[in-house]
Amino acid sequence: MSNVVSALGQVAFDGFAKVREIGPVGMISLRAKSDLPGLAAAILAAVGLGVPGQRQIEIAGDKAAGWMSPDEYLLLLPYAETNAALAAIAEALAGQHHLAVTLSDARAVFRVEGAKADQVLAKLSPVDFATLGPKELRRTRAAQVAAAFWKDGDGYTVVCFRSVAGYMMGLLSHSATKGSEVY
Amino acid sequence: MSTRLSKGGRLIDRSAPQEFSFNGKRLRGLSGDTLAAALLANDQMLLGRSFKYHRPRGLVAAGPEEPNAIVGLGRDGRFEPNQRVTTTELFDGLEAASQNHWPSLEFDVGVINNTLARFLPGGFYYKTFMWPRAAWKHVFEPIIRRSAGLGKAPTARDADRYEYTYSFCDVLVIGGGIAGLQAALVAGASGARVMLLEQSAHWGGRAPVDGEVIEGQPADVWINSTVQALAAMDNVTMRLRTMGAGVYDHGYVLAEEKISDTTPGDGRPKHRLWRIRASQIITATGAIERPLSFAGNDIPGVMLAGSVRDYVVNYAVSPGDRTVVVTNNDDAYRTAIALKQAGLAVPCIVDARASVTGDLPAKARAMGIRIEAGRAIAKVKGGKRVSGVSLCVQAGEGAVLEEISCDAVAMSGGWSPVVHLWSHCGGKLIWDKTHAHFRPDAARPPTGADGLAMVVPVGNANGAMTAADVLVDAAKGGQAAAMAAGFTVEAVAAVADAVSEADMEAVWIMPQGAGPALKAKMWLDYQNDVKVSDVQLAAREGYSSVEHTKRYTTLGMATDQGKLSNINGLAVLADALHEEIPQVGTTTFRPPYAPVTLGALAGESRGDIFQPLRKTPMHAWHEKNHAYFEPVGLWRRPYTFPRPGENHEQSVHREVLNTRSNLGLLDASTLGKIIVKGPDAGKFLDMLYTGVMSTLPVGKCRYGLMCTEQGFLSDDGVVARIDADTWLCHTTSGGADRIHAWMEDWLQCEWWDWQVYTANVTEQLAQIAVVGPNARKLLEKMGGMDVSKETLPFMQWADGTLGGFPVRIYRISFSGELSYEVAVPASMGLAFWEALHTAGAEFGAMGYGTEALHIMRAEKGFIMIGDETDGTIIPQDLNLGWAISKKKADFLGKRGQERNFLASPDRWKLAGFETLDGSVIQDGAYIPSAGKNANGQGNTQGRVTSTYHSPTLKRGIAMGLIKGGMDRLGDVVEFTTITGGVVKAKVVDPVFYDKDGEKQNV
Amino acid sequence: MLILECPYCGVKAEETELTPGYEAHLKRFGPGASDTEFEDYMFARKNPKGVHFERWRHVYGCGKWFLAARDTATLEVFGTYAAQSSTPPADLQDKIKAKRPDWNGYK
Repeated sequence: MSNVVSALGQVAFDGFAKVREIGPVGMISLRAKSDLPGLAAAILAAVGLGVPGQRQIEIAGDKAAGWMSPDEYLLLLPYAETNAALAAIAEALAGQHHLAVTLSDARAVFRVEGAKADQVLAKLSPVDFATLGPKELRRTRAAQVAAAFWKDGDGYTVVCFRSVAGYMMGLLSHSATKGSEVY
Repeated sequence: MSTRLSKGGRLIDRSAPQEFSFNGKRLRGLSGDTLAAALLANDQMLLGRSFKYHRPRGLVAAGPEEPNAIVGLGRDGRFEPNQRVTTTELFDGLEAASQNHWPSLEFDVGVINNTLARFLPGGFYYKTFMWPRAAWKHVFEPIIRRSAGLGKAPTARDADRYEYTYSFCDVLVIGGGIAGLQAALVAGASGARVMLLEQSAHWGGRAPVDGEVIEGQPADVWINSTVQALAAMDNVTMRLRTMGAGVYDHGYVLAEEKISDTTPGDGRPKHRLWRIRASQIITATGAIERPLSFAGNDIPGVMLAGSVRDYVVNYAVSPGDRTVVVTNNDDAYRTAIALKQAGLAVPCIVDARASVTGDLPAKARAMGIRIEAGRAIAKVKGGKRVSGVSLCVQAGEGAVLEEISCDAVAMSGGWSPVVHLWSHCGGKLIWDKTHAHFRPDAARPPTGADGLAMVVPVGNANGAMTAADVLVDAAKGGQAAAMAAGFTVEAVAAVADAVSEADMEAVWIMPQGAGPALKAKMWLDYQNDVKVSDVQLAAREGYSSVEHTKRYTTLGMATDQGKLSNINGLAVLADALHEEIPQVGTTTFRPPYAPVTLGALAGESRGDIFQPLRKTPMHAWHEKNHAYFEPVGLWRRPYTFPRPGENHEQSVHREVLNTRSNLGLLDASTLGKIIVKGPDAGKFLDMLYTGVMSTLPVGKCRYGLMCTEQGFLSDDGVVARIDADTWLCHTTSGGADRIHAWMEDWLQCEWWDWQVYTANVTEQLAQIAVVGPNARKLLEKMGGMDVSKETLPFMQWADGTLGGFPVRIYRISFSGELSYEVAVPASMGLAFWEALHTAGAEFGAMGYGTEALHIMRAEKGFIMIGDETDGTIIPQDLNLGWAISKKKADFLGKRGQERNFLASPDRWKLAGFETLDGSVIQDGAYIPSAGKNANGQGNTQGRVTSTYHSPTLKRGIAMGLIKGGMDRLGDVVEFTTITGGVVKAKVVDPVFYDKDGEKQNV
Repeated sequence: MLILECPYCGVKAEETELTPGYEAHLKRFGPGASDTEFEDYMFARKNPKGVHFERWRHVYGCGKWFLAARDTATLEVFGTYAAQSSTPPADLQDKIKAKRPDWNGYK
């Protein structure tokens, strides 16, 4: 898999918050209704986590399970493990109406870190960070593109589409430029 | 003359001089000055010229309402036109230049317009620029263009950076005077999230200038302690230099923060646009003083009384040595007192009211100031500077009683609450007769998402005009807003000393019986040169609506948007119409309150991040290989890869010929790819496509069309059956998101009981078309899969590993050649693309772009969504009836296509065209037919939809729509050219190349 | 700029996170429908000053379509509800009726 490259080759920017592109990160989109028999088993088998509640993301190490919509979950895991996870999901949900598909390559993932990381995102997204839950996965827009983010450790993980990774890096760098702290 | 006083000045730091320049002249000011104060301190009273008559203009005000003192600031990449000197903070190195004059500020040729004023009456533009029609292009338009606009637009790229920030609060307080501070203090005590904005650099507003006493101490003391108390509250955010610019639906507020105006180039953003959501908005925006309308009230040196006080008290700048105060209210006496206390002369207070009582006049009288009651200014004397005034009786017609020499006039016509922000989102006003102003009508507030009031006006902005009333009103407003946002708190107000003020008296013209000569010198709108006589003329000419009068006279249409002039103007209009002021009403208040710089509105959207450009995984390779890109939606796709010495046409033709004879590689990653899965997926796709997809065998591909409910062709692409309940739908490059949304719309809103899931996997996969006679050789060399005709025939797909890459190969062709489209995970796209080039070198592999793709598909007669279709074309128009199922009872668009006009034999249908001389038909060309239509335009019988030079056939080829379609085969028709000529072309089969499809089927 | 609460994910989304889908509760007419029925379905849209029912999609959020009842003049929002509703919920209709006694119902 030496040919596998993230959208921007893990570029980084040092501002009043640190911005870096990470990845590639393994991602599976699992579409299923929350009451589908076997759903919990499928997510457990794929990433070892429980079914996340509305707008929540369950995180354990390099794996996570996030709630994207009433019938869509986002599973994060090491890039190389997606095929095995897909197989496990297929087994757990055999005969049940669902759709599981790898989207690792369709996305770009960023980390925005530092005490003022939220200010970087607050310049781009119409989101009230004071009311953002500790385990909340927020889907919104960042300036002109779709984005999702959640708090993890000392910063936020931001996900967008791969084709606009360069735009997202530009947004985050602009917003994190030293001297432009809001507070 | 105006000068710096030796003592006082609460906002300046005498130990910190600042050098600046005005029109190239080096001047000195002090830290804490506004540019206006610093200019006045240097006796620079003449600051600009008015718009129409080029009359000399000096400072009138001290705040954002200033209509005259508008300058260009900075230079090159930091040049900004139309900046108000009253709201510009001074800094060392500031450069300012006056505008709207030629050749110089002191001597302006345009002032000739002033002499011609009687030929430039209200409505001048409407009356003059009407006829003859021919004069428009060569006479009127050049004149208007040269005289339009005040400042010059910057020519250099803006050197600064800007940004947005989104913010949320329970209570937003706009205005940081004592009303705003008091309201924020109460709301903050409730625990609500409070945000407090002040447009200027200082908290406290006018109260310290007015000498108010709060809680027994000078206002400054209370202001400082309140600011400290607010700063100590975790739930309160405070922002200076941040102007609430507009109030919009559902508690949305825009505010502009000035960050590095005084420290240009320090790396911080210049301005920041705050996009705020508040559940309640308190407008503590104060009031603006009105001028009085007397002859010569526009001569430099005539200023608002409150502003004169501001300059004296805040900046220790005296606008004049001898200042006559003219008023209709008690407040202006504070200015006389302040001037006197500063050691300046006040020869007279001219009070239009017949009787003068109250504490403030008594105090002025006690200081020895002469007060003339029932008097008016008949006329101000002076040209570029006031030299004196003549007095008359207010009740009379202007017979001069006496002349007083002076170098400044401080006028006050009363105060108007700043109701802009209350009104932006629908708040209504009532007329307050006592103060002769409009104020917010609490019974008719702007309402929010819950249908309840969302704006609470307080203080001056609510018509509370004394400090004592302001604080009580603001505390109540703070409580009301907090409660409406779901909090509880007591409305505890600070107590200000009450000063008894007598009622003001509305004075709209001074003297009240002034004749035409005087009224033609009474300015209402200083910047746009609208006078009392202009508004009266408009009324005589039949303008009864205030909105129409505004546009006809241009009253209130200048950069100050009538902050000073509107009430006086509509009072004059009401009088001329013999109506009451409330019946005439106000013009509409629209955001922004004061101009917001365009950079702030654009925010981060500049340069590389102006818009999100979408890039495929191979984009860097394309750039390295000199691709000329074209936009396809937000994607940037290589149009062609020109080599040294080639123009685009040559490189496109090379790419076509090489692909047809050797091997071409196309980055097709932008192609939409949507997975549709579920027990009802087949049924769903049968509804979506005009053809049948449910019967497609696993492993096979089928071309499909999608139509809108009206029946018009919307998108096309190849569908592959992946397994028993999974399909993969290819869409056009521009259509992926739209079609995915279309699918979700029907699944969520119409057929929600169908078991179908979709996933847009467009960006998961890089897709490469390997095209040409050598395509198979390349894939065989890559190795790992059997790509023979037998194992992987046309319109089938297979999964496997190719040269070590996990791939899915589709045997589909959009060029007519032997062609494979190979999908790999996007993370490997670049590596795979490079591997194909390396391995393909011996077979003549060459990248090609979208233009070669277009030419090759046109040579094959394949339609392109967006070329052959425009939203009014049904598949039948394009001879695609074969792709429409006759058996299906229903599909999206079926009923639409049954409408009788779509079955008309007169519809234009697709055919091919070959010019007789081999030339290329021009894009957009029509096929004329005999006669004219009802509008006298020539009739048409068709038009071209795709037209190219075919390098393969070495001639022009085209597809187009023509009445009769393929029934016209062999006819020779004429296409128009842009220069008015025609090109003859023969109607032919649109498949120009390899009609039997032998090349793709090998 | 409106704020509408997405009934699926609970986000109080602002208008820039949404995409409008115009009138709600249309009944689809397909093959076999008369010209008048089809014309009504395709083209005849309500444009009331007052209570109106609309489709919105939380396009920058959970991607779900939902329905909203609001006053087109005052922009008061009466409520949002699932797109899988052939009529507005009864309690929402009651609420609107209480606030707008002159309202004639959603049909």
